[in-house]
Formats: sequence, structure tokens, C-alpha cells
Amino acid sequence: MAAVITVRAPFAFMGRLVSSRLHKHCCSKVQAACLVYRPHSYSLIVGQQHRFFRTSYVAARPILSFKLSDIGEGIMEVTVKEWYVKEGDKVSQFDSICEVQSDKASVTITSRYDGIIRKLYYDVDSIALVGKPLVDIETDAGQVEGPQEDVVETPAISQEEHTHQEIKGHKTQATPAVRRLAMENNIKLSEVVATGKDGRILKEDILNFIARQTGAILPPAPFQEICPPPPASVAPSTPAVKPREKTTPPSIPTPVIPKPVFTGKDRTEPIKGFQKAMVKTMSAALKIPHFGYKDEVDLSQLVRLRSELKGLAESRGVKLSYMPFFIKAASLGLLHFPILNSSLDENCTNITYKAAHNIGLAMDTNQGLLVPNVKNVQMLSVFEIAVELNRLQTLGTSGQLGTVDLTGGTFTLSNIGSIGGTYAKPVILPPEVAIGALGKIQVLPRFNHKDEVVKAHIMNVSWSADHRIIDGATMCRFSNLWRSYLENPASMVLDLK
Amino acid sequence: MILRLSNRACVLSGSTRFKSTLSTYFDETGKAGIILKSASAGIYENLALEDWIHDHVDLQNRSVLLLWRNSPVVVIGRHQNPWQECNLPLMRRLGIPLARRRSGGGTVFHDFGNINMTFFTSKKKYDRPRNLKVVTSALKALRPDLDVAATDRFDILLNGHYKISGTAAKIGRSSSYHHCTLLCSVDRSVLSSVLKSNASEAIKSNATPSVPSPVKNLADVDPTLDSDTIMEAIASWYNNEFGFDSPVITVDPTHEALMPGIHKMTQDIQMWEWIYGKTPKFSVCTSLVIDDVDVKLDMDIKNGTVEQCALEIPEDWLPPEMVKELTSTLHGSRYCPEEAAVLVAAFMRTRSLTADVAEKIHRLCEGVLSVM
Repeated sequence: MAAVITVRAPFAFMGRLVSSRLHKHCCSKVQAACLVYRPHSYSLIVGQQHRFFRTSYVAARPILSFKLSDIGEGIMEVTVKEWYVKEGDKVSQFDSICEVQSDKASVTITSRYDGIIRKLYYDVDSIALVGKPLVDIETDAGQVEGPQEDVVETPAISQEEHTHQEIKGHKTQATPAVRRLAMENNIKLSEVVATGKDGRILKEDILNFIARQTGAILPPAPFQEICPPPPASVAPSTPAVKPREKTTPPSIPTPVIPKPVFTGKDRTEPIKGFQKAMVKTMSAALKIPHFGYKDEVDLSQLVRLRSELKGLAESRGVKLSYMPFFIKAASLGLLHFPILNSSLDENCTNITYKAAHNIGLAMDTNQGLLVPNVKNVQMLSVFEIAVELNRLQTLGTSGQLGTVDLTGGTFTLSNIGSIGGTYAKPVILPPEVAIGALGKIQVLPRFNHKDEVVKAHIMNVSWSADHRIIDGATMCRFSNLWRSYLENPASMVLDLK
Repeated sequence: MILRLSNRACVLSGSTRFKSTLSTYFDETGKAGIILKSASAGIYENLALEDWIHDHVDLQNRSVLLLWRNSPVVVIGRHQNPWQECNLPLMRRLGIPLARRRSGGGTVFHDFGNINMTFFTSKKKYDRPRNLKVVTSALKALRPDLDVAATDRFDILLNGHYKISGTAAKIGRSSSYHHCTLLCSVDRSVLSSVLKSNASEAIKSNATPSVPSPVKNLADVDPTLDSDTIMEAIASWYNNEFGFDSPVITVDPTHEALMPGIHKMTQDIQMWEWIYGKTPKFSVCTSLVIDDVDVKLDMDIKNGTVEQCALEIPEDWLPPEMVKELTSTLHGSRYCPEEAAVLVAAFMRTRSLTADVAEKIHRLCEGVLSVM
């Protein structure tokens, strides 16, 4: 149905008025331009009386109703469960259109035509009837409406091209447009490498095939004179080639490498979930003026101690790593430097010294960064800390950490060295005021007190602290104390609470 | 490619002939019927194997039977809602994973005592009653006194009352598959506890509901019936019924060279967006009692993500602006307790809260997370 209005408009002004009215009158169903009015052509003859002719472009593109075909087993109706397309989407033949369900069978309905979806007849969860229209597809004029049966084998349209050779028993899948292109270029579909879904041959595959054959990229004739002649056609065209060869240097024709076309596209996604949490936390951390302090710790004695205790811990059913020692040593240090275990209020008017040492542990999971904390480390033994760590790690990997484990921390340690790295610049997690990042343990040569070079297990620690309430000297003394506990684990025994 | 052929069983390994895939191997043997057995007990690998065979093997002139078993897992149908169908918190505690298959139907629990059978055919030859006849005939051949019969809902009942098998199917453009379970010696206490949702009353949804039925194991009526015997019987009756003569071929679903593209299919079917994200739109509406305070929770979830969240809380218990901020934090979060906990933790970090307010928020969140 086309809106057809003839107008006689002698003046430019009238013409423009008419065109805006015509657009309003155009019926929405006719997607092609209903009436094309070119003001430019009119303005040339302004002032003269002029009968102007409409160029109406009545829908040359047929809209075909794609009916829901027989599913089998005498089923007359199904429930539409999910649409994979919406109105206005472009579909190719064999693309999935929707998923319907009937009697425990889930059926994928695929498109019979190439074209644009114009109407969906059902909403999700409504009942669709077999034999009634499911979608309307606007197709190219060339496509013929196929048989009403849902096409199982290759469609009726392409029957004349029995160049649908069978690749190892499979009929090649390609849309009629692609088959036409192949036929025009005398290409056997079985020789083309398919890159489409389900082994379908796409137009790009045909073009790539041709490019490889001729060493040049289509398009047509004018270009071929510029490019060197393909090897196959050298013989017949020798008379034409000779005069050219006199002028060009006698060398191997430079290969024309088809310029690779980069088809990658940028992808934008909203920030949500774990990332959103990190954005929120780190943006708040920006307000804290950080300073960094790095040092080196000789863990040789600790390494020996841990290897002795590992077996004992395992017999109690617990995996013992170095972290429980680092955490306990930090807690012992915090007893002497409670300002590192404090919190500054929003207006920076009060400091709250937290009584409990809830030491957080940065954990890397496949979704992102999680920081659960071990509560009341000041009351726990190294073994008990190891038990808690095991529990938190299990919960973390199985996605069961709750808000209680994830909040309430007062100080944090990040063992980035377990993945790699030496020095880091960790970001303080509000409302805390300090954080430490532990690098990897490396075996390095060091001088001992006898001036001999010995093997030492060296780890680097990088602290960050809130410079509004913590000064460098405090951080340094805390770090020295922490270090001394770890370099000489026996001294921890003296101060253990 | 075939390593050894013994007792009508053989193992496929594509190590030497890289050009051949499983489907070309079938074409070369020229058999009209093929019986396969999966070497894997991983649900995602086996579901991917089903998809691969459906997509890549030419089923127009050939039918395939695939036999497979899995370690404990709950499998929901294509259009179902896992929060409505099973007890997710219990499954997380027990370490039982969740999978969503591509066929329709209801929710089932698999473990090693359950046999899965998939009958692949062309769309024209899709015939579920005939496939079930293979199963019932096989069982009757093993134990003639066994009272097993298929119903018109395509279940198989034992003694006319207990369900021992459920069916689901997937129909594509030109081929289809019908698969069903068979309870031989499944752990029934685990089955009944995981298949009972902890939050179904709170959920309003149009997802396909499961129809619960009383179940029994074949081993309960005859302890000598074990899975291997039954699988063999089914394989030979499949040959009988359809006139095939295929041996049982073991296939390793992780073998990418043999089945190109299967690795990606296995990855895709494990993604959160498929397992949880494909749940049809639903809403959650429930009342929680926290510290003797009545809290009403309303959430709309689409694609497994919270689109809309509202909490009705008495103003004197928590300030309304804080409640509003808390609910907006949850917008766009996956309907998943871990993600919600992380978002709430970030919310609490970036706000200065007094100890008792923090406590209240903890308990409130615990209540909200318990329905996820």
C-alpha cells in the first residue's frame, strides 16, 4: 500500500510545505521511501509554473509471512519462550529466530529467508499456533517464497545450482546470494573454506577464495590492467604483455598482498558487579593522601620454621602458608603502633583507635578482587589464623563469602607475590589507614655478619599509609618491628599473646 | 583411529589422522546406527558433546545413541528458573554444581547411579515413544518380572507409580535429539533435598515449572541391577529395535582434534550468563523478619540481573536515605549472593557507619542474600 499524492506546486515554498505533509501521510508499513521529493531540482525553476512528477517508489520489497511449521508428533500449538530477533533486525537464512517449547521439547525455529524482521506475531510466553504466521520478513525482490514446509534440505530457491556439492556427505550451506556469487565466478563451493556458523559459507569466504586465486582483490576489469597479470593467463595474452614488458624492468612481478582489513570493533559494557564495587572503593580511596615505604625482609629462618611446622599443621588438617606468620607479626606490631589500626572520620576531626585487629587479606578470584578479613587476630594463635584463612579461601572460591567476612577490616595485607612482583604501590582500603603488599620470595645472595656470601630468602614489602595521621617515622618503626619478628621468629615467641 | 576392538567396544582416538573428525569417521564407516559412550563424567563436557553431535554429525541418514553418566550435578531445563527449582545455598555448601541444558523439560539430579541416554535422529524420524520402548524392552529382557512402562508424558514408571525416568527433547532445523534419565542407584536423600527450593514461594515467574513425582531406584527392587549391565542391555536393544549392528564406541569429549569446536562449546555452557542469565524474567516478593522488624523485599530480575530492588523498612530502624542508597547499590548486580555481598561491602566501606547501624545492615543483607 503506497501513499500516492499528486501535487501541483508552482512555488518553492509550496513544494517544501507539500513534502513535509507527505512524510506525515506516509504509511508506516511501507518502509521504502514513499515519495521522494527533491527540493533542489525544483529551486532551479522557481518562478515558473511547473508540473512536477512524483517519483513514488511503491514497496518493491515483498513482505513474506513466515508461518510456524509442523513440529511433528501432531503438535498443534507451542509456547514462545524466547525471541532471538526484534523488529528491524537483519536476518540471514538459517539464523535462529526464536525458541519455542512444546511438551518437554525445546525447538529452535530458524529463518527461511534473508531479510529484515518486520513484525513479531507473539510475545514471550504466549501460545503460537502451528500453520499460523510467526514473523513477517521483508525480503529482497529476488527471493521466491519457498514451500510452506519448513525447509529441511536445501531450499527450493537454489535448486538450479547443483553446484551444491557435498562436502564429505554434508550439503554445503550457503545463502542463495552467496551461491549466485560462486556460480558467477565458476567456483565450486566444496573448495571454499567456510567460516560461518555450522560450516556455512559466507560472502567473505567466496571473496577470500577469489583473492587467493588471482592474487588480486576484486572488483572488476579496470583494476586488472594495473595489477600484474595472473600466472594462468600469461600465455594467451602475450602480445599485450610484450610491449609492457619492454618498459618495466625484467623481474618477478611484485606480489600484491591483499591488504588485511581489520574488522575488530570496540565493545562497550556497563560496569557492574565486582568491578562496580572496586570503582566505588578505589574512588573513595583517592581522597586519602598516600605515602609509600618499601623494605626488604630476610625470611631464611622463617622458611626453615615453616617447613618444620607444615607437616604438623597438615596432620591437624590445615594447610600452612607464610601468611599466618605475616598476619600475626603485623598484629604484634600493631600493639605497639595502634595508630596504624585506626580510622579517620569524614571531617578529619577525630581518630578512632580500633580495639580489634581485623586483618584483611586481598584475595584474587576469577570474578575479581575480594578482601575478606580475619577477625580479632590479636587473640588468635598462628595455627588458628591458618584455620581461618583456609575457611575464607574455601568460601571465596565457592562464592559463599558474606558481608560479615567482607567488612569490618582495620588493616590489610596483600600477598601479590604469590602471583608475582617485587615492589608494589598498594591502595589503602577505606576506612583503614594503612596497607602492605608482599612481593615474591626470591633466593638471593647476601652478606652475613661474618662477611660471607650466603643464600638468603628475600621478600620485599611495600607499605602505604595515610599521611594525614601517619608519618614516615611511625611507618618505618612499625615495619622494622614487623621485620624483626619475621627475620627472627624466636622473638615472636617472647611477645606472643 | 580405532585403538582396539574387543567385545563390541572400541575406543576412538584421533591422534594420527588429524584431518578426520568424529563426523567424517562416521561417514566413512557408513553405518546407519551408531552407539557412543562418553568417557567423561563432567556434565558440561557431556552437554557440549550432545550439542556437538547435534550440530556436526549428519543425521539425515543415520541415528546415534549416546550413553553418559555424571558426577553429582543438578540439571535444569532450557527455560527454567533455578531459584524456583532447587536449593542453591545447599548445593553451594555440598559443592554440587548447576547446569542448564538446551532441551526443554524439568529439573533432574544426576549422579553415578543415573544413566543418561540421548537418541539423535533426523527431524523426520523423531519418535520418542519408540526410543522409550528400547529402554523398557531392555529392562524387561534383563528382568522379565519388572513392571516398567512408559506414560503419555514420556516418563517411565516402575510398578505403575514410581518415576524412574524423565524425558526432554531438542528440535533443531533438520535434526533432533531426545534424551532421558534412568534411576538405577541414585542417592535419593541428596536428590530430594537439592530439588526442593528454599525460596519458591517468594518467586513469581513464567518459567517452566517442574512436576515433582515420587521416585525410586531400580536397585531398590533388584539390587543386582547395576548401571553397566543396564547400559549394555540398552545398547543391544537399540540395535535390535532399529536394525543396527553398532558396537559401543567410547568417546572422549575433551578431544578437540576429533571434535573441532567442542572446547568452546564446553566453555560456553559453563558461563554464568547461560546457566543463570538465561532465566526468564521473574520477580521476588517476600517478607523477612530481622530483629523483630518486618522488612518487605521486592525485586525484579531480568537475565539473572537485578533490575529493580525495593526494601520497605520502618523509618526508625534504618534511615530511609540509607535504605534507598543500599537498594540502588544492588541495581545491576547479578542475582547472586557473592556479588551482592561484595557490592554491599563496598557500600559500607565508603560510608561512615556507627557500629549498630553496621550490624543492622549486616543482618538485613543476610536476610536478602538468603533468598538468592
